[in-house]
Amino acid sequence: MDAIYILGILLVGAMLTYTVGDKWASKVALLFSLVAFGFTVCLGHCLTEERNLIWSWIESPSIHFALKIDGLAVAMLLLTTALIPLIIYSTFGKQVKNAKAFFALILLMAFAMSGTFLAADGILYYIFWELSLIPIYFIALLWGNGDLEERKKAVIKFFIYTFAGSLFMLAAFIYLYSKAGSLLIADLYALDLTGEEQCWIFAAFFLAYAIKIPLIPFHTWQANVYQKAPTVGTMLLSGIMLKMGLYSVIRWQLPIAPDASKEWMPFLLYLGIAGVIYGSIVAIRQKDLKKLLAYSSLAHVGLIAAGVYSLTFDGIQGAVLQMLAHGLVVVGLFFAAEVIHRRFETRKIDEMGGIRQQAPKFTSLFMILVLASVGLPLTFNFVGEFTVLYSLSQIDIIYAVLGGLTIILGAYYMLKMFQNVMLGETNAKPFADITMHEGVLLGIIAGAIFFFGLHAKCITDFITPSIQNILTHIN
Amino acid sequence: MNQTLALILIIAPLIGFLINIFVGKKVNEKLSGSIGTLAILISFIGTIILFLDLNSNHQAMTVKLFDWIGTERFTIAFSFQFDELSVLWLMFVTGIGTLIHMYSISYMHGDENFHKFFAYLNLFIFFMITLVTGSNLLIMFIGWEGVGLCSYLLIGFWHKNQAYNDAAKKAFIMNRIGDLGLLIGIFILGALYSTVDFEGLKTAMEGGEGSYWISIAAICLFIGACGKSAQIPLYTWLPDAMAGPTPVSALIHAATMVTAGIFMITRLHFLFDLAPEVQNIIAIVGGVTSLVAATIGLFQNDIKKVLAYSTVSQLGLMFLALGFGAYEIAVFHVITHAFFKACLFLGSGSVIHAMHGEQDMRRMGGLKNVMKITYITFLISSLAISGIPPFSGFFSKDEILMTAFHNNTALWVIGSLASIMTAFYMFRLLYLTFFNKFRGTDEQKHHLHESPALITFPLIILAILATVGGLIAFPGKSWLNAYLAPLLHDGPQHAHHLGTTEYILMAVAVVGGLIGIVLAYMKFKQKNTVPVEDDQMQGVAKLVYNKYYVDEMYDATIVKPVNVLSKFFRDKIEVLLSSIVFGFASLTGGLGTIGRKLQNGSIGLYLFAFVIGICTILALMFIAK
Repeated sequence: MDAIYILGILLVGAMLTYTVGDKWASKVALLFSLVAFGFTVCLGHCLTEERNLIWSWIESPSIHFALKIDGLAVAMLLLTTALIPLIIYSTFGKQVKNAKAFFALILLMAFAMSGTFLAADGILYYIFWELSLIPIYFIALLWGNGDLEERKKAVIKFFIYTFAGSLFMLAAFIYLYSKAGSLLIADLYALDLTGEEQCWIFAAFFLAYAIKIPLIPFHTWQANVYQKAPTVGTMLLSGIMLKMGLYSVIRWQLPIAPDASKEWMPFLLYLGIAGVIYGSIVAIRQKDLKKLLAYSSLAHVGLIAAGVYSLTFDGIQGAVLQMLAHGLVVVGLFFAAEVIHRRFETRKIDEMGGIRQQAPKFTSLFMILVLASVGLPLTFNFVGEFTVLYSLSQIDIIYAVLGGLTIILGAYYMLKMFQNVMLGETNAKPFADITMHEGVLLGIIAGAIFFFGLHAKCITDFITPSIQNILTHIN
Repeated sequence: MNQTLALILIIAPLIGFLINIFVGKKVNEKLSGSIGTLAILISFIGTIILFLDLNSNHQAMTVKLFDWIGTERFTIAFSFQFDELSVLWLMFVTGIGTLIHMYSISYMHGDENFHKFFAYLNLFIFFMITLVTGSNLLIMFIGWEGVGLCSYLLIGFWHKNQAYNDAAKKAFIMNRIGDLGLLIGIFILGALYSTVDFEGLKTAMEGGEGSYWISIAAICLFIGACGKSAQIPLYTWLPDAMAGPTPVSALIHAATMVTAGIFMITRLHFLFDLAPEVQNIIAIVGGVTSLVAATIGLFQNDIKKVLAYSTVSQLGLMFLALGFGAYEIAVFHVITHAFFKACLFLGSGSVIHAMHGEQDMRRMGGLKNVMKITYITFLISSLAISGIPPFSGFFSKDEILMTAFHNNTALWVIGSLASIMTAFYMFRLLYLTFFNKFRGTDEQKHHLHESPALITFPLIILAILATVGGLIAFPGKSWLNAYLAPLLHDGPQHAHHLGTTEYILMAVAVVGGLIGIVLAYMKFKQKNTVPVEDDQMQGVAKLVYNKYYVDEMYDATIVKPVNVLSKFFRDKIEVLLSSIVFGFASLTGGLGTIGRKLQNGSIGLYLFAFVIGICTILALMFIAK
């Protein structure tokens, strides 16, 4: 049972989904994504030690089709293949125009993102990385909401901005190839670069990743695209795609340019933490629910980035846990926004309110998501947040104090939002409680939040070796 | 056998919560309420069994379930610890919890979310049990945040009223400020000792020396305690929390949750013993809080607000004791306070119930004739809180003041003043509510009645406990000190020898309490004074009635600036950053335009450029040579 099958399933699934036509597209896509998820679980279950699959692809220049399967990659693969069925399922009970293309694009995106997490050759990785941009571009542009011109502007900005950033990464790879004669990850790890070279490589990677993650001040594409994209697109972006950047930092940037990483570490920690504070504060006064969630996402990834760049075992492990937890919760939160939109036809917070009395089930589930988002103990998010903050405190207590402001500010904007959206005098507009589909989806996410909140160990156990491996390359 | 029992007593409230959340709506009120009460009763019975066992053989027990969070240097286990301290706390948490659940069946009758109320109460007890039995700081933290969540849910229980929701949100956020402190404290301890286990920390620290980082950790943990136990500067959420239904105020905001800070410091006494300067801070903060809150209590007209400030004040006294390292005395006052304050809150609930929701004492009066049981229990508890012998509050408060006297005279004066004020405002409350003529509407007067048995029964039990509770630490022959000795033995002993000084101090305290009562009697019983309406208040009274405008100050210095900053970021910085990105795009576009102008099809220009180019290359080659 190898990772290559999972890529195959997703790709074949995308093609089949397109050919079966609009009526069956969603079901076929769901089926394939579930099979891919099943395969990933088996893969994770059987994983005892890291494996490398290498096929020669192009002789000259020497490019390989190489995959690296270790705990870290499988964890990210699991996030992807677990969220994709949920994301597909979230559209059930709702009419989607041109469904076959829509669902095919989702699977194509899943394929590209999975490839990014698995790739162990620079060029292959770059191809997957850029390939993932194409489906989301179309999803956001064609199925998005709001004014078409506005949307076009936001989406094209996103595309060009992230693409431009990635070009620097490509340049870095070309330079690395000239030094190593191969782009296999093992060869790149082994490369002995001078301090100056490392700085340039690090900076080039940084531009690509800082825009993708996004770190402030490179985040300006985010809120608008999240707002304009259809909920499915927002979920794909925030749930999985932004983790590509964070994952790549761990997999590519840090081990290839270790000395530069160490040199820039304090600066990057402050940058990440600044994102936490900035994102949280901007979120407080947002009027659009999806934009508020986008800024909360900015704050959360800031903390994750700080964990990654701390270069400590705890920091990276906590960051990986937090990536998974954030992926789950943010998908749930955007879906909750979608549930409200289906009934009230609005995303403006001041047009909501007074929902709790009418929809107690929805309120409870939404509350759980809010609590997870603010990192209440027993939720998955607490485990990651605690570990990351702990690792920061080990470097200098001031990082933990500043980063820890997320505990206070996060509670402020999330509870404020919850109060304005859900509580107060019963709304004059009727709000039907969640349907079965909606309940199942939110229920699964809530269940996973608590399960991993108690048993995060089943994940840490299998990512530990790969993190230690990467840390030995850094030190 | 005991392990199973311990697990049952932890899980029973959680099961009660789940049953009520999922099927509570479908069953009738009686069943839903009974399930909730039964769940806590099971915990209470389990606790009694463990307690009796522990009292005789002093053998602590640890229940480990699984490993929870792993860091590089240590692993945090999901485990619980049943020792003298945690079981003692469980006794009154589950005991008073059972009574208040019972009370709520009647009090919440007819509420559309009746089952949810019981679900939340059960969940609260579950988290409270987790808080006190957790065997390491992080499990305690689960409970710590969990009770905060339940407090949030219950303060905002009547969620259609946005003012209540504001109060709930404020409580949660203010607590989270403290929680950050607590978390940082945990980080420091983890870094210093590679463990966050209470046992491990105790072994590592006992007999050790203080250090800079130990003091920092202690101060961080104390900030956490300030949040949860409503001490200056994080106390303003507690009075607002009175928005919740009265049983919630009694259970969470008087008897149990707010004592969590005292619990935590007692649990970590070995840490605080190593940081005397932090202990000084604790004593001062406690003393000042007790006085400030007492002064505010003097002028409040809402019956629950008076009790709320009185709670803040009493908690301050407990911290005063903690600051002097007198842990068992603080614990003693926690217990007696739980009895009489729960009784007072439930009594006020009974009054509010009879008055159809009216909470303003200016509209009450003369209730003692109609509500005999409520009146008598309220009187007993008022005497207890005022420190009049032989009621329980006398013993515990007296111990605190004595300790203060032996350590720091200024704080003794502060504590004594706070106590005199307490006696005054409690009897002010009593006379305004129960004596003289009824001042409410005729409609209300017509409906006045004594509350049903489900309400009066808990009142009677609590009044009895408030009367005799002092016996657990009778001066000179304290059961409590002996019981806690295995845990706190390394600390200084605080069993006072009863000498002349002690008797004089006792007399001073009692006379002080009596003076407060007599003053209240003269003003509110004899002269029949009724506090003026809000808009007629002036001078000091107005300042104090408005709580020294501390809320307004926090609003102006923290909340407003953050919101202004948020708007500034949203409207200015975001736009600026965005325009920089677009600026790059325009720059590229601009360069393209210039480039396009060069490609204008004029052969002359091309030839000119060609010749210049050749010349330049040749020149360069020449120079290079």
